[in-house]
Amino acid sequence: MRVLAAMSGGVDSAVAAARALDAGHDVTGVHLALASGAPDHSGRSRGCCTPEDARDARRAADVLGIPFYVWDLAERFRADVVQDFLDEYAAGHTPNPCLRCNEKIKFAAVLDKALALGFDAVCTGHYARILDGPDGPELHRAVDVDKDQSYVLGVLDARQVAAALFPLGADRKADVRAEAARRGLAVADKPDSTDICFVSDGDTAGFLRARLGDAPGEVVDERGEVVGTHSGAYAFTVGQRRGLHIGRPAADGRPRYVLEVSPVQRRVVVGPAEALDVSELSGVRPRWPGPVPAAPFRCSAQVRAHGEAVPATAYPQGDRLVVRLDAPLRGVAPGQAVVLYDSTRVLGSATISASAPAAGSTTGASRTG
Amino acid sequence: MAYLDHAATTPMLPEAVAVMASLLPTVGNASSLHAAGRRARRVVEESREQLASALGARPSEVVLTSSGTEADNLAVKGLYWARRREDPRRRRVLVSAVEHHAVLDAAAWLAEHEGAVVEVLPVDAVGRVDLAAVAAVISADPASVALVSVMWANNEVGTVQPVSEVVALAAEHGIPVHADAVQAPAQVPVAFTGSGLAAMTVTAHKLGGPIGAGALLLGRGVPLAPLLHGGGQERDVRSGTLDTPAVAAFATAASLAVERRPERAARLAALRDDLVRRAIEQVPDAMVNGDPSPAGRLPGIAHLSFPGCDGDSLLMLLDARGIECSTGSACSAGVPRPSHVLLAMGIPEDRARGSLRFSLGHTSTQADVDEAVAALAPVVERARRAATPASARPAVAVPAGA
Repeated sequence: MRVLAAMSGGVDSAVAAARALDAGHDVTGVHLALASGAPDHSGRSRGCCTPEDARDARRAADVLGIPFYVWDLAERFRADVVQDFLDEYAAGHTPNPCLRCNEKIKFAAVLDKALALGFDAVCTGHYARILDGPDGPELHRAVDVDKDQSYVLGVLDARQVAAALFPLGADRKADVRAEAARRGLAVADKPDSTDICFVSDGDTAGFLRARLGDAPGEVVDERGEVVGTHSGAYAFTVGQRRGLHIGRPAADGRPRYVLEVSPVQRRVVVGPAEALDVSELSGVRPRWPGPVPAAPFRCSAQVRAHGEAVPATAYPQGDRLVVRLDAPLRGVAPGQAVVLYDSTRVLGSATISASAPAAGSTTGASRTG
Repeated sequence: MAYLDHAATTPMLPEAVAVMASLLPTVGNASSLHAAGRRARRVVEESREQLASALGARPSEVVLTSSGTEADNLAVKGLYWARRREDPRRRRVLVSAVEHHAVLDAAAWLAEHEGAVVEVLPVDAVGRVDLAAVAAVISADPASVALVSVMWANNEVGTVQPVSEVVALAAEHGIPVHADAVQAPAQVPVAFTGSGLAAMTVTAHKLGGPIGAGALLLGRGVPLAPLLHGGGQERDVRSGTLDTPAVAAFATAASLAVERRPERAARLAALRDDLVRRAIEQVPDAMVNGDPSPAGRLPGIAHLSFPGCDGDSLLMLLDARGIECSTGSACSAGVPRPSHVLLAMGIPEDRARGSLRFSLGHTSTQADVDEAVAALAPVVERARRAATPASARPAVAVPAGA
């Protein structure tokens, strides 16, 4: 196969490209320039993600002896990922930009261009597996549960899964590092990237404040009583406990959590932990990495990249999806993705738009974002 | 394999390789006073004479540098500093819109750090500097102009600039003119003395010499402040131990390139015309950029736009077929941007993004052209399918060959 290896400059994508090469594929490396740099005096942009990452990716391609190019997707990334991230926070949601990047950039813009240019597949260093099943390729969790990235790949559809290669899905990170060192790839001891790539110092609240501005408002409890103030509702996430700066303790003296974020009303609602429990999720924009289901089905549902998957029943309803959880789940924010699994297999996903509280919760109404 | 990127760098001439290889094992710093030093000095000075003779200059006018970029920086910054020291009003730096980044960025640096006021001289649709604009910009306030920099021939589209006319306009007011001539000597006649230029940049690797050797031809009596300080080896305006083997190979290459130029230029022009004609046969909506007149351009450059394509896709697909060309001047980060040269010529961004430069040189053959032409139609068709929405918009087209 002719394989396009997306090379970030990190250790995983370098080893993934090397594995694709070992498997006998005709591999070409490409680094995606995603960060928008301000054009300088001469009209050239100085912006790659970071120049070091581009250089590291190029060096890895040199070591592997494969052709290497840089694709400038900064404009697409700014519009589809960064702006979406800001819009979602401004709407009081909690988006996952990595998921959006996989959906819109790596397995859409890049994959489409690669296929049009005559490539058969796009290879990345994601920790996930594609296994042959009776209905075609299936997306599965990685063997290394700590590194498993199937959650952020839950947005892929069947066509995208069919054209994706994840050569690292059966490996442990430590082994991948050792392999990189053995192969002479200088990125072997490069630290893992953990933060959001376009929030350079990891300060998401600061990033949002600089772009969304101050929007002071009130912090209220479930009964609507004002218990504090804030300088921008977007800085809060459902389930958050720390940094609420509430002067007065709750009547029962127990810790309070963010239950709801309403940027339009500039309101943050806080309450006790059990009010965070939800038993039903409504999702929009369902995506199916395999066959599109017509009838309700049993599954396990995961709402965070490194959260636990809990038993549930999913009810597909065209362009919507309802998920009923067997037992309540705590802290589910609109904007997060719910990814559905059958054991290790990813069945589908949707973006959470609303949740209904567990029976017996103190807040009566359903929450929407 | 077809190497059609000679404007980026051209293979070393075997004679230059032989000279360089013969000198590499020889010890000697040309500034040392003992016999080994004298031997090296002799090689350097003979090379300087050979270079001067090839480029129509006096030996004393040759300031050896490590690259064309260094020579451009030395000229732009050195002239600016020296002229401003003589008269603090001289802060205007006039550069053509199609200069190489070694000139444009050096000028911009002066604006950012040294109080220079950079004024960009516009070009016409074929990329030639607008002389009426040059006259107007200079005469607006001649006393405030520190220098003018207009290249001899453009590295992307190959358009030859009216350097002597620019010199005439500047000379009325005693303003020094620098020309970046790195693309010129192997392709068109170049003579420094008599050009009226104050300074001219040349480099070895564009004419069959090694990478890492260049020169600034600097008129006698032209004041210039140094960029590199140290031993003052080159007329006290450039310091650094001279690379004797590279200098000798540079001189050999320059002398042979100039000697063989008439025959080679005619051969390359014929190959280039064949490439352009057959490229348009293969891709009828392709457009040629630069001066259509053979007298107004370098003979070895064919610059074409392919509407609806991304240049980086074209380059990648051609590369996969063993055809090596360029989307413009290479950017260190490898991020393709629409060329400032094409944009300055008034070419819309979409068309600029879908452009390729094929540049021929002394090793180019009919087989290279045949190979490129054969690959073009399928590559363009595939690149069109892969085009991003922006470049998929119908291009505002000038008919092919216009």
